[in-house]
Amino acid sequence: MSAIASDAEFTLRATKGRAPNVFRRGEWVPMREYDENEPVDFAIVGTGCGGSVLAARLAEAGFSVVAFDAGAFYRPLEDFASDEAEQEKLYWLDERISGGNDPLEFGSNNSGKCVGGTTVHFQMVALRFRPEWFKSRTALGYGHDWPVDWREMWRYYAIAENDMKIAGPVRYPWGPKRGRYPYREHELSASALVLARGAEAMGVKWTTTPTASLSAPRGEAHPCVNRGFCKIGCATNAKQSMLVTYVPRALAAGAEIRDLAMVGRIETGPDGRATGVHYHRDGKWRFQKAKNVVASGYSIETPRLLLNSASEKHPDGLANSSGLVGKALMAHTNNAVWGIMNEEIRWYKGPPSLAVCEHWNYVDEGKDFDGGYSFMSQGPLPTDFATTLVENEGPFGADLRNWMAHYNHMAGLKIVGETMPNDDNRVELSDEKDRLGLPIPKVTFSLSDNDKRLAAHAEDFMSRMLEAAGGSNLFHTASTAHLMGGCRMGDDPATSVVDASGRSWDIDNLFVCDGSLFPTAGGVNPSMTIVANSLRIADRIIAMGKRGELSQSAAADGKRGA
Amino acid sequence: MSREHLKRFRTPYPDYNVLAKWDTPSFDDVTRRVIAHRLEHVPKRRFLDEAQYALLRAVMDTVLPQPERSEADRIPLEALLDEKLAMNLTDGTRHKDVLTQREAWPRGLAAIDAEAHAMHGRGFLSLSADERHSVLEAIDTGRVDGEHWKGLVPKSFFRHVLLKQAVKIYYSHPAAWNEIGFGGPAAPRGYLRLGPDMRDPWEAEEKRRPQEAEDLSEDET
Repeated sequence: MSAIASDAEFTLRATKGRAPNVFRRGEWVPMREYDENEPVDFAIVGTGCGGSVLAARLAEAGFSVVAFDAGAFYRPLEDFASDEAEQEKLYWLDERISGGNDPLEFGSNNSGKCVGGTTVHFQMVALRFRPEWFKSRTALGYGHDWPVDWREMWRYYAIAENDMKIAGPVRYPWGPKRGRYPYREHELSASALVLARGAEAMGVKWTTTPTASLSAPRGEAHPCVNRGFCKIGCATNAKQSMLVTYVPRALAAGAEIRDLAMVGRIETGPDGRATGVHYHRDGKWRFQKAKNVVASGYSIETPRLLLNSASEKHPDGLANSSGLVGKALMAHTNNAVWGIMNEEIRWYKGPPSLAVCEHWNYVDEGKDFDGGYSFMSQGPLPTDFATTLVENEGPFGADLRNWMAHYNHMAGLKIVGETMPNDDNRVELSDEKDRLGLPIPKVTFSLSDNDKRLAAHAEDFMSRMLEAAGGSNLFHTASTAHLMGGCRMGDDPATSVVDASGRSWDIDNLFVCDGSLFPTAGGVNPSMTIVANSLRIADRIIAMGKRGELSQSAAADGKRGA
Repeated sequence: MSREHLKRFRTPYPDYNVLAKWDTPSFDDVTRRVIAHRLEHVPKRRFLDEAQYALLRAVMDTVLPQPERSEADRIPLEALLDEKLAMNLTDGTRHKDVLTQREAWPRGLAAIDAEAHAMHGRGFLSLSADERHSVLEAIDTGRVDGEHWKGLVPKSFFRHVLLKQAVKIYYSHPAAWNEIGFGGPAAPRGYLRLGPDMRDPWEAEEKRRPQEAEDLSEDET
């Protein structure tokens, strides 16, 4: 992380009527700008899977939109190095206080800080929820129901997959029939073939992972060249992060993006309704007036922002009459088994998780736990793997160097395991302040007995599978990834923060649109579900506008700001 | 007790040099700038005092011994760690009731030295390589006196602070990429051959099998 690579972390790039052209070195695209004192239809806080999708769709529908991001606006081709240490610049590294019995690790595990959000460093695994999970309380007996029908979500998954040109298999072996993936599946790497061999030995299905990396050219981007640095930022634009998909769409449709702009507080008026956002940019606090405000900062920053925006009318924070803002935060368990293979695997090549097994998401018999898990083949880069190794197993000395010399012979299987929503797992504000004077968030997280049983089941199953695939010297590691929940959506104002449209039950011109809406976590990586849900929310907001149900009838009739 | 530490490390990739790809399509400009800086810039000590710094070096030479490298070729773990502490870089997570990196390192180093005195009657720096190893092993297995640690949890400091930071620095260095046969920088050119036992001409060639590693799961108690 340094000025040696790029000035993006120190210099505003989206300003003076232009923004970076993410597809070219040193080039720009025009950007519409809006007056701070003229209320825009939507001020959106965050540009990840929630904010950028909404910004694109709302701007395309004719609304005036300003989207804020606390991080930098990168051009991947010239700003992203092939280097783990340098690319830590993509993570949200501001301090968060982490407690509970199983404290979460933030940063690289789940939190991005740049335009495009966490998708700039996600692992591109593009899975759908199992249909029953949208009604997990009524259908499966745990967690909470989502206020949406799976068929509606299924339609939006298809749109999201097409927007992101997901490369996937012709036939997906689990769940109801889905349409074709727009791009063909990737060639399997040696590490993916280990999973395939193991699955076949165990008699369970496997498939090529639907992956958000191009398997054919798209626009100015060429197909994936298998460089394997996906998780720390793709330097060739094959990876279909928000930065190269919905963000350019939002700009082209007339949205403004403000980079290096940290929103600290949503202002509310005497009537208790939102009037705009206070944000810190270019060394000082500023204010943008808005008819509607959307919090899209993900499961820590969205609750933090709502709680920090408390006012006389909203003494416990905004949208918090249920007392649920920040509560029922979830992560995915990330237990893994690793082993040494006889053959050379060289797992640093290609997208890291090219084979997946969702068997235990779709089979309910033989489980002693609620929920499900998927698992994928792995390809960690050297410091990522070394960190996992020493934190879990503690080798040191020549033994550590010897272990790491097996790097090219290693294979691994790692789960994305559902955890149960529990109100005690939550985000609060601490008494400590960060460098901008904003309260540092305090996060409490403990695994439930159910979560631990799920992880134990997975470790046992994957160990047998990796052994069956030829792995030796097996060892296990435990960690977590992803964040979900914290501002649950639902059908009842007493048990949820927002309704099915992401609209706050308490404040009609305040919305939430990101992963914090999840009532349950599911056993798959969350990004496609966040994107699909954001597309769905966008359509609902557009429909509300047409019916005159939005604040001051912010109409989609071409009456823009500026 | 493990005698693994007495073995010398031997790389399976003796002929591989990732930096030989410097002027090939595997390296782009931004990566060259970043790696050149890492290789050319050995930071001066700024955060720890001289005695702490010497102790840190001895500890780093125990967790990641580099006996085959000359002083000029050695990966300067203590200098790079001291720089991180001086810059007060945070990683996004501060565990509740756990010391910050800046607080933990001086205290942890002092505790390691105190354990050396308790176990061998001499400071860590005066111990043989074997004795140094045994001190750290006692810390990792919790066979130490909590008194010295003043609120740090010995095993937790050892694994989640000391080892974690050490490997993050070590395996970010091209010399470490060479010894494990990692492809290293790969943009704009990536890889074509992805299957088992397949290798592009610009990847490391394995000349001998990696040495047998101690079975990790057997260490678990």
